[in-house]
Amino acid sequence: MPVSEALAFAGAGIRLGGQWIWRGVDVTVEVGEFVAVLGPNGAGKSTLLRAALGVLPLTEGVVRVFGRPVSRGNDAVGYLPQRRHFDPDLRIRATDLVRLGLDGASWGLPLPRWVPGAGARKKAERVDEVIDLVGAGAYARRPIGELSGGEQQRILIAQALVTGARMLVLDEPLESLDLNNQQAISALIQRICRQRDVTVLLVAHDVNPILSFLDRVIYVANGKVVEGRPNDVIRTDTLSQLYGTHVEVLKASDGRLVVVGQQEPVSYHPQPERH
Amino acid sequence: MSGNPGGDLIGALFQYHFMQNALEVGTLVALLAGAAGYFIVLRGQSFAAHMLSQVGFPGAAAGVLCHVSPVLGLVAFCVVAAVGITASGRRLEAGSRVESAAVGTILAFALALGLLFFRLYHGSVQSVYGFLFGTILGITDRDVTVTLVAAALALVALALIARPLIFASVDPDVAEARGVPVRAISMAFMLIVALSVAVTVQVIGTLLIFALLVAPGASAIQLTARPLLGLALTMVLALLFTWLGTAVAYFSGYPVGFFVTTLAFGCFGLLRVGRLAVGRLESA
Repeated sequence: MPVSEALAFAGAGIRLGGQWIWRGVDVTVEVGEFVAVLGPNGAGKSTLLRAALGVLPLTEGVVRVFGRPVSRGNDAVGYLPQRRHFDPDLRIRATDLVRLGLDGASWGLPLPRWVPGAGARKKAERVDEVIDLVGAGAYARRPIGELSGGEQQRILIAQALVTGARMLVLDEPLESLDLNNQQAISALIQRICRQRDVTVLLVAHDVNPILSFLDRVIYVANGKVVEGRPNDVIRTDTLSQLYGTHVEVLKASDGRLVVVGQQEPVSYHPQPERH
Repeated sequence: MSGNPGGDLIGALFQYHFMQNALEVGTLVALLAGAAGYFIVLRGQSFAAHMLSQVGFPGAAAGVLCHVSPVLGLVAFCVVAAVGITASGRRLEAGSRVESAAVGTILAFALALGLLFFRLYHGSVQSVYGFLFGTILGITDRDVTVTLVAAALALVALALIARPLIFASVDPDVAEARGVPVRAISMAFMLIVALSVAVTVQVIGTLLIFALLVAPGASAIQLTARPLLGLALTMVLALLFTWLGTAVAYFSGYPVGFFVTTLAFGCFGLLRVGRLAVGRLESA
C-alpha cells in the first residue's frame, strides 16, 4: 500500500438493525487531503466517520488508518463529534476540555501543572500550544458553556489536535454557526490541513462554504458511496446514478452548487442525524 | 488547653465517646459524600442520586425485616437501583426528560415499599425517623469501622476513575472515541454513589442527604471551573458543614440534620445570590 494513504475503506459495509447502511465501499484518502463527506440526512455519513474511528465495527470489509487496521483511541486521529453546543451551565474550563483530549482516557486524578513528575508541565504546554494554534488563547480559561458557538468549535478543534493528530475527523463542524463563523472555522481547518499536512475528513450538509478548499468528495446516498474530485462527483449524471433517480446539480451565478430533485435539499438540516 | 475558651469548647465536644464516634463518621462521610457529590453535580445526576437515597429507605427496612443489618439492606437496594439506572441505557442518563420521569416514578414506589416494610416489621416511629433524618449521635464503634472501610474503598475507586469520569461526563462521544469505557465508568460511578448514599444516610438520613451529597458540589462548582480545585473545595465544604452542624447541634440540643442542612443551604443560597448580583453588574 502507498505510504501516502491516510484512510482506506476496502469492500466495507455496515449493517445495523438488519439493514445495510451502506456496503461495497472502496474509498482511499491521501495524506494531507481536505475531504468532504456529503449526502442527505440519515444516509450514513456519521456511520462512515464512526467506522473510520473504530468506534463502530464493520460488518464486512476493512478500514485502514495510516496503513494499519483501525483502532479506537488512536493518537493519530482527532475527532470532533456532531453536537449543537455545550450546556451553558457546564462549569469546566475550555483548557481542561482540551487537556482531557490529551490524557482524559488514562486513570487517576487530573493533576495541575505545578505537580512535579508525570509530565504535567509538558502536557500543559502542549495544551497551550494547540490553543494558540486555533487562536483561542483569549478565552481558554473561561468555562466552556459560557463560550459562543464559534469559540467552542475552535476549542474542540484544539482538543481534536492535541494528541498530535495527523487526521481530523469532523462531524458537521459548521452546523449551527453563523455565516462569519462558518467562513472563519473552515479557513482555520484549511490552514491546519495545508500548513501541518493534516488530513481532514469533514461531514458537511452544505458543501458551499468549503467548496473551494476541497481535494476530494465522498458522497453517501442510497446505501452506496462514491468518491472523487468535487467537480466529478457533484454533477447531474453522477448523483442521478447514485440516487437511482433523476437529480439535478445547478450552479448559481455566485458559484454555489445546489442539488435539486432529491427528497430534501442538501443545504437544509432540520435535525441532527443519529445512528 | 485550659484558659483558652475555644479549646474548652473543643474539649467539651470530644468529652463523650458517642461524640467522638459522631465526628469520626461525620468526617469520613463528608469526605466521601463531598467527592462523589462533585461528580454528581458535574454530570447533572442529582435526581438519580436522590432516587438512590430514597431507595435506601425500603432497603434498610427490608434489612431489618429479614433480620440482617439495615445498612446491608440499604447497600443491596442501592446497588440494584444503581445497576438498574445504568443498564436502562445511555440515552436515559445524565438528566434527560425520560430519566426524570422514570426516576420520579421509581422514587414514589420506593418510599411506598419502605412504608409497607416498616409496617410489616411493626417498626417504631423512632427507627423510621432515624432513617429519614439520620442518627449520627447514636453511632457505634462497629459503625465507625464499617464506614471507614466503605469510605476508603469508595474514595480510592473514585480517585482511580476521576479523569476518565470527568471526560465521560462532559464529553462522552469524544471520550468513547479516545478509548474511555464510557458505560463501564458510568456503572462504576453509580455504584460509588450507592455506597456513598449508604454511609451518608447514617449521618443525615435519606431525606436530608442532599445537604452533603449535592449542596457542597453545587456551591463549589459556582466558585471554580477547575476540576481538581472544584473537587477539593466540595470536600472541604462538606467537612465544614458536618463539623459545624454537629458541634452546634451538640451545644444547642437541636437535631444535627437541621444545622448541617441549614449551613449547606445558606452557603449555596449566598453564592447563588452573589453570582446573580455579579452577573447583573457585569451586564449593566
